Amino acid sequence: MNFLNLFVIIPLLMLLGLWLSKNIKQIRGVMVCGASALLALSVVLVFMYLGERQAGNEAEMLFVSSIEWYKPLNIAYTLGVDGISVSMLLLSSIIVFTGTFASWKLQPLTKEFFLWFTLLSLGVFGFFISIDMFTMFMFYEVALIPMYLLIGVWGSGRKEYSAMKLTLMLMGGSAFILIGILGIYFGSGATTMNILEIAEMHNIPFAQQCIWFPLTFIGFGVLGALFPFHTWSPDGHASAPTAVSMLHAGVLMKLGGYGCFRIAMFLMPEAAHELSWIFLILTTISVVYGAFSACVQTDLKYINAYSSVSHCGLVLFALLMMTQTACTGAVLQMLSHGLMTALFFALIGMIYGRTHTRDVRELGGLMKIMPFLSVGYVIAGLANLGLPGFSGFVAEMTIFVGSFENQDMFHRVLTIIATTSIVITAVYILRLVGKILYGNPVNKEHLKLTDATWDERVAVICLIVAVAGLGTAPFWVSDMVSDSILPVITQLSVH
Amino acid sequence: MNYSDFLYMRPELSLIAVTIVLLLFDLFTGAKVRAKYMHPLACVLLLLHIVLNVFPMHEDVSLFGSMYQSNTITGIVKSVLAVSTFIVFLQGYNWLKREDTRHKQGEFYVLTLSTLIGMNFMLSAGHFLMFFLGLELAAVPMACLIAFDKYKHHSAEAGAKYILSSLFSSGLMLYGISFIYGTVGTLYFDDVAGGLTGSPLQIMALVFFFSGLGFKISLVPFHLWTADVYQGAPTAVTSYLSVVSKGAGAFALMIILFKVFAPMYAQWQEILFWVIIASITIANLFAIRQNNLKRFLAFSSISQAGYIMLGVIAGNAEGMTSLIYYILVYMVANFAAFGVINVIEQKSGGKVNMSDYDGLYKTNPKLSFIMTLSLFSLAGIPPFAGFFSKFFIFMSAFSAGFHVLVFIALVNTIISLYYYLKVVKAMYINKSDSPIATLRSDGYTRAGLALCTAGILLLGLISAVYDSINCFAFGM
Repeated sequence: MNFLNLFVIIPLLMLLGLWLSKNIKQIRGVMVCGASALLALSVVLVFMYLGERQAGNEAEMLFVSSIEWYKPLNIAYTLGVDGISVSMLLLSSIIVFTGTFASWKLQPLTKEFFLWFTLLSLGVFGFFISIDMFTMFMFYEVALIPMYLLIGVWGSGRKEYSAMKLTLMLMGGSAFILIGILGIYFGSGATTMNILEIAEMHNIPFAQQCIWFPLTFIGFGVLGALFPFHTWSPDGHASAPTAVSMLHAGVLMKLGGYGCFRIAMFLMPEAAHELSWIFLILTTISVVYGAFSACVQTDLKYINAYSSVSHCGLVLFALLMMTQTACTGAVLQMLSHGLMTALFFALIGMIYGRTHTRDVRELGGLMKIMPFLSVGYVIAGLANLGLPGFSGFVAEMTIFVGSFENQDMFHRVLTIIATTSIVITAVYILRLVGKILYGNPVNKEHLKLTDATWDERVAVICLIVAVAGLGTAPFWVSDMVSDSILPVITQLSVH
Repeated sequence: MNYSDFLYMRPELSLIAVTIVLLLFDLFTGAKVRAKYMHPLACVLLLLHIVLNVFPMHEDVSLFGSMYQSNTITGIVKSVLAVSTFIVFLQGYNWLKREDTRHKQGEFYVLTLSTLIGMNFMLSAGHFLMFFLGLELAAVPMACLIAFDKYKHHSAEAGAKYILSSLFSSGLMLYGISFIYGTVGTLYFDDVAGGLTGSPLQIMALVFFFSGLGFKISLVPFHLWTADVYQGAPTAVTSYLSVVSKGAGAFALMIILFKVFAPMYAQWQEILFWVIIASITIANLFAIRQNNLKRFLAFSSISQAGYIMLGVIAGNAEGMTSLIYYILVYMVANFAAFGVINVIEQKSGGKVNMSDYDGLYKTNPKLSFIMTLSLFSLAGIPPFAGFFSKFFIFMSAFSAGFHVLVFIALVNTIISLYYYLKVVKAMYINKSDSPIATLRSDGYTRAGLALCTAGILLLGLISAVYDSINCFAFGM
């Protein structure tokens, strides 16, 4: 049996364990064991992957295995990983691990919360390990639907509206993806749904590509917060409970970028070249517009949600630049944004849990009251605005350098426009940090509040270590990713 | 004609035997014995019938001068229908054992099985009159079943509505059949196919015939009776109507369109194209506004019928397989939903409104969980079976070149998700001051619900069911 199956089996066992749990201690036990196992597994996977590569294995995907599933329809359960998916798996397991700790004291219906939470992570892991279009799509949808209940039941604010909006928009996106997948499958005349084999055949007629590429790209783009389909994201993030915001902004939005890259661009390279200009303009709008929107928000979560729109827009922007450096940067940005947004949402959740407000105007001087959380917040903020030494800098630097490698005016102008987002990010982050952390406490009641408890510290420290680690030693990740980008770039430049 | 040929009619003959045994048991036993043993006996006998016929025969047979035709695919379909009826029996018990229906529960089984016999003959017909006979046998007892709670105003009214619209549709269909006879000069399926040329009169015949069956499947624009009848009928009967009756109609339509009207492929495809779009879209839009859950599921089932027709319009082998598979999956999901509605209606004194379900999860977590699974399956969400059946039926229609149609159907799944989620929202998110009290259901109902839940979870993830339908239907 392929050991990648463990990424699906462990969450399944966790579901079973949660189902059988009787009290909060058992639930926590199951979650911590499962999440740690997943984290350990993904670390082991990184080393195994690097080991294989060093041993000279140059296959596009490693650890490939395939089980026939629906034979008459050529559907198989095919697994395999490359550098991109390995890094995404690592990211997901870190977020699941820290998300567990961030929702340590969640009430009510703790068991149900973790059941849906685990189902969500099952979908995420399954998506990243599979290379069969049907299986991928199935896991993709598995990851979407729990969001409805997670936000609707445990959320805050306008949760019912946000949950419905988010679910319907994302499911609308997946309808586009489904028709795109069918188009790819029948257009290529393949007798398999395996992405690698379809890419190798490389025979989808151009006219058809021009129909299916935009559908697939928009379908995944909805989840990647592509302008103008991003509107679910601020509402959804703002209403979701902490761990769900973390997982959603940290991992789920990456499914969009990954899908755009792996399915839309990889399988339909000619159309990607032909139509990339439309999507480049849209993503540039995402990047700048998201950053500007973040400046005028007063709710901490909305600020971060719009910042996510901006940063995830940058991922799609970089992918569409279609140079190896830019695409590597895109994957680094996925990792970096995943980690620091999770950190942000975790901290916001913890602060909100104490002050019961997320309104910037009602907060102030938190540095004196809860120094640990505040320092964490400052670090997250600095990582977000791209301070060297943190992951944000590495990712954005790579993206902009890679984008500028394109020789023509169009790409260069868009790159320059997109770089302005760095400055705008600095504006809203510094304003925010200054307002809520420094100065005098606005509300005297806040003076009585306490600093982080141990479970919160675990979550925050893990994420800070990861953000700083990626920022100071990005080479092993970028090498791993950059090798795996190559086949797609080759495919894109063949035309 | 050899007597052993009768063996090919196993499904019908054993059903007739079961019906007669139950009828005699009902007639000649005392009230006490009847109350105690009637239901188990009906379940056991039907189960025997299922076991006896579960493996379809691997040959095409044609009996009585090809009045009766049977092949593996109709064999599978008959088994599916029999299993569905079994689930209805299981779930109907908590309604049948009530004071006002207990003394006539025997009639329920006999009437239900009569309609099932009718459906079986309808599927195996080789002649239009035989087909019509089966159709009527399926329709008339159905009206009695709908009006079973005859003291209830709604139920009696629904029965009248059903019988009237049924008569009207039969009339239309007969008119269509007479056109066929007029132009071709025969009513045997095998001969009619050769004589069809697509002349205007034959197109009229096709339209009338299609309308007649459209009533049974409740496709738009022939759906107007559906919501009222579903709402008025006892819930067990509603579920029977929405799954078994509709499923049999859809299969029969598929068989006749493929077998008899094959030369007029272009014409019926055109009709189906618009009917599918109308069914899916209009039913979805109406379902959004419903508050009564039975009406809600009525509109949902109309749109599901539209999806089922996607398998017919594809006109290929994949389409046939995915249609059977779709109906199987639709069956378990719909039965689970109706099963929950039935339990709650019976135990809480007739609560069937969506607002009654507010906060149901707090008091009845298991029932709301099953309801959620079934609604997710109906909406086509993985890992539940509905996702697979929807995907496959889309795939078959897409492979036949109906790209736009598939796209419209897909957009409609989003609308349907919205209204299915409304029920989920009521159960999990809405708060209620007076939620439905914690209920205990009886063993039969639980068995029925467990069967459906297992179906929802396993039919998709385990590919064996789809594969075996495919193998049986089209050889290895």
